[in-house]
Amino acid sequence: MKLELRGITKTFGALVANDHIDLTVQPGEIHCLLGENGAGKSTLMNILYGLYRADSGEILLDDVVQHFSGPGDAARAGIGMVHQHFMLIPVFTVAENVMLGHEESKFGFLDLPAARARVREISARFGFDVDPDALIEDLPVGVQQRVEIIKALSREAKVLVFDEPTAVLTPQETDELMGIMKQLKDAGAAIVFITHKLREVREVADKITVIRLGKVVGEAKPTATNAELASLMVGRSIDLTIAKSKVKAKEPALVVEGLTIHNAQGHVVVNNVSFQVRAGEILAVAGVQGNGQTELTEALLGLQDRVMGTIDLDGKSIRHLPIHKVLAEGVGFIPEDRQEDALIAEFSIAENLMLDRADGEPFVRHGALQLAYRTKFATDKVKEFDVRAQGIDEVVGSLSGGNQQKVVLARELSRTLRLFVAAQPTRGLDVGSIEFVHERIVATRDAGVPVIVVSTELDEVLALADRIAVMYEGRIVGIVSGDTPRDVLGLMMAGELPAGTKLAA
Amino acid sequence: MSAELPATVPIAETATKLADPKFDLTGGEAPPEPPAPRAIVALREALNGSVVLTILAVFVALVVGAILIASTNTDVQTAAGYFLARPGDTLAAIWQSVAGAYIAIFRGGVYDFTASNFGTGIASILNSLGFATPLIAAGLGIAVGFRSGVFNIGGTGMILVAAACAGWVGFAVSLPPGIHMIVAVLAGLVGGGFWAFLVGFLKARTGAHEVIVTIMLNYIALYLIDYLLNSPVLRDPSSNAPVSPSEKPTAVFFHLLGPSYSLNFGFILVIGATIFCWWLLGRSSLGFKFRAVGENPRAARVAGIHLNRMYIYVMVISGVLVGFAGVYQVLGQITTGFDRGIDAGIGFTAITVALLGRSRPWGVFAAGILFGILQAGSYTMQADQGVNVNVLPVIQSVIVLFLAAPPLVRAIFRLPDPDRRRARAMSKKAVVAK
Repeated sequence: MKLELRGITKTFGALVANDHIDLTVQPGEIHCLLGENGAGKSTLMNILYGLYRADSGEILLDDVVQHFSGPGDAARAGIGMVHQHFMLIPVFTVAENVMLGHEESKFGFLDLPAARARVREISARFGFDVDPDALIEDLPVGVQQRVEIIKALSREAKVLVFDEPTAVLTPQETDELMGIMKQLKDAGAAIVFITHKLREVREVADKITVIRLGKVVGEAKPTATNAELASLMVGRSIDLTIAKSKVKAKEPALVVEGLTIHNAQGHVVVNNVSFQVRAGEILAVAGVQGNGQTELTEALLGLQDRVMGTIDLDGKSIRHLPIHKVLAEGVGFIPEDRQEDALIAEFSIAENLMLDRADGEPFVRHGALQLAYRTKFATDKVKEFDVRAQGIDEVVGSLSGGNQQKVVLARELSRTLRLFVAAQPTRGLDVGSIEFVHERIVATRDAGVPVIVVSTELDEVLALADRIAVMYEGRIVGIVSGDTPRDVLGLMMAGELPAGTKLAA
Repeated sequence: MSAELPATVPIAETATKLADPKFDLTGGEAPPEPPAPRAIVALREALNGSVVLTILAVFVALVVGAILIASTNTDVQTAAGYFLARPGDTLAAIWQSVAGAYIAIFRGGVYDFTASNFGTGIASILNSLGFATPLIAAGLGIAVGFRSGVFNIGGTGMILVAAACAGWVGFAVSLPPGIHMIVAVLAGLVGGGFWAFLVGFLKARTGAHEVIVTIMLNYIALYLIDYLLNSPVLRDPSSNAPVSPSEKPTAVFFHLLGPSYSLNFGFILVIGATIFCWWLLGRSSLGFKFRAVGENPRAARVAGIHLNRMYIYVMVISGVLVGFAGVYQVLGQITTGFDRGIDAGIGFTAITVALLGRSRPWGVFAAGILFGILQAGSYTMQADQGVNVNVLPVIQSVIVLFLAAPPLVRAIFRLPDPDRRRARAMSKKAVVAK
């Protein structure tokens, strides 16, 4: 089935998310949509899938104009979507998830055997090896993604959209996914592959369309070089490497020994982890999302309950301290989910800037807020950290992600720190903000503060790290120096430590 | 060179666009709302922040009340019998009944222009302030809870316990004037605060939901007071009914404007309580933490705010404020001895008052006075116009209904939906498996 988008335009208020986008995808073709976060790729696909309605423009399938009023229409027309975040119900089996939304019944009972048979049939056709009776929550992420694909295929989808499918996969799982996509292509499907990772694009794409700021800015062939694609995407040549002075090795400031964390269900999520961070160095914790990094950083802050092992900061244990005492010890923290954990969306910038300092001077005296001081402080910080806002009384929820993160940075870095923990500090930010955040993190390191950066982006890890700890299934696979090659790190992220790798701790 | 690079894209221009905050996009489903001009922000605030919606909700409720008044009026019913012959009669009767009723409310609740002199006419509004006092106090208590993310449905129980404590000190203890009143007030506040502390403690210790706990404690308080009123502790031995003895004059709130007006010292105290709440929520460290917990408990926790401790503080302060309503009932409103009905529905009406006042201290104050006017006026309405006072709870309920369903009011008045973020939230709410 041929998919054609003609002149799709979508605005949100004053912002043009999609500006007259044209796109044609032929059957048996993998068409890559390449663009930065926020370029408008997801908006475009949500329009295609009927979640949004375009302000103008048409969607054509085999030259017939379509009018989707919801995802159901799109699915019936033969469009299948594999979302970045899987739309699966964890406590249902594979077969139940696959038939969800178009359940068939016999004599009033769900026809599970038919669903099972369908899962087996599709699995066999593409060599998926998926058990129809397995519970989703028991399956690894890569297999869950295959269930999503089976779901789409079981509805006779002829156009398949993959929205950033590799964000949650290890490099090895990514390679397998590439294989599956090629198979689907050979079977005649038209595939739209959304990503911002250049390597993947060049590997599978037949055609590449680059989107920037809501517009199609160019088409490229898969043989284009990384530099060419990147400059198309960003509009200028990007340089994510930061000028960084050599690390001045000092004494270990943070010493973690034998740290083990159980989650609420009693599973071990961090398993016997030991590492040290010296004053004035950045230790990056790399790894695929969900391998214990979140719990590790939360344990450092006192946010986890079931923690064993020792956490010593400058020779003093901080493991059993409640959160406010950990903060008082001089630990700065950027949580990975900034909107849920770091900011109060309905509070103003000024209020958010004093959120973790509501207990004493200079923000509070005799139980009363010192508003004059707060105003001055907020005005200074907004200027210093270049927060683009209408004023310090604007609510944080109306700021862009980059400016929100600057507020968090300003708050945490304006205390006297003895340890700085930044979890996914640039997730979802634009390039300009990423540079700003990175510069600030390096400046903190240069001021002699031990820094831990948790990131799932290898680019970020390589740009910042003096040493890299790679986590896999709750363990540290190894701690290596900051100039370790990508392929070695890739293997480590899958749990393997290649022979001959030089460890740095 | 294999890539078909478009020659037309001026790279410098796009680079400056990238630096523009409007293009500072986050990843995810949809771009953030761009910063809007101040006028639009103000308008959106007014609509979204429901100032307009609040007024319209009250308006709709008065219209519903008017329909009710007209349809139960016997003149209207008679005239409707020959509606087709003389429709003017029906319309006139409707106008008569509705206008009569609302004018009666005005006369009874604000100013009685039929009174012989200004002094008598003004008694209406002073009377209304008397009815408003406990509603404001209890409304403030509920509002402090709302702002902190705690739903205190237990106003009834706290009022009963506070009334019993203050009432007992008022009739059973002998102290000099003034001091007696202060001790009685304090006893009531401690009682209300303690009843609420139980809720906060259970929530903090066991995670029990405050809505369930407060509702259940309402029943416990009711039957406890019932029991005590039937025992020598609270019962007036000279009475046949389960009623307490009269309060001693030394404990009763003194009249502010002489004995001919009902307004008493309790109203001054409730103004003080409103100022306190304004300071607490807007200017104090504790209130800052309350609001942080109310808006986003996760972020508050990460910022080192002790959630469980906050829940206990919130409940105690809420209980003290609600408790003052009970104190006022026995020391200011019904000083001749109280029974199990001393709560007079204030515990639940306070929730409406807090909602109507948008949980802002002065908003609650205004909402309380509006309800006080309606209440005082409704008695005049019944006496003069023969309209049943039970129209009032209907009006109050309709206000809540419309406050709880802003889209309904927007639909009725064809207002634009200011909440465009909903689309974003919806697309994020899909079931996510890891």
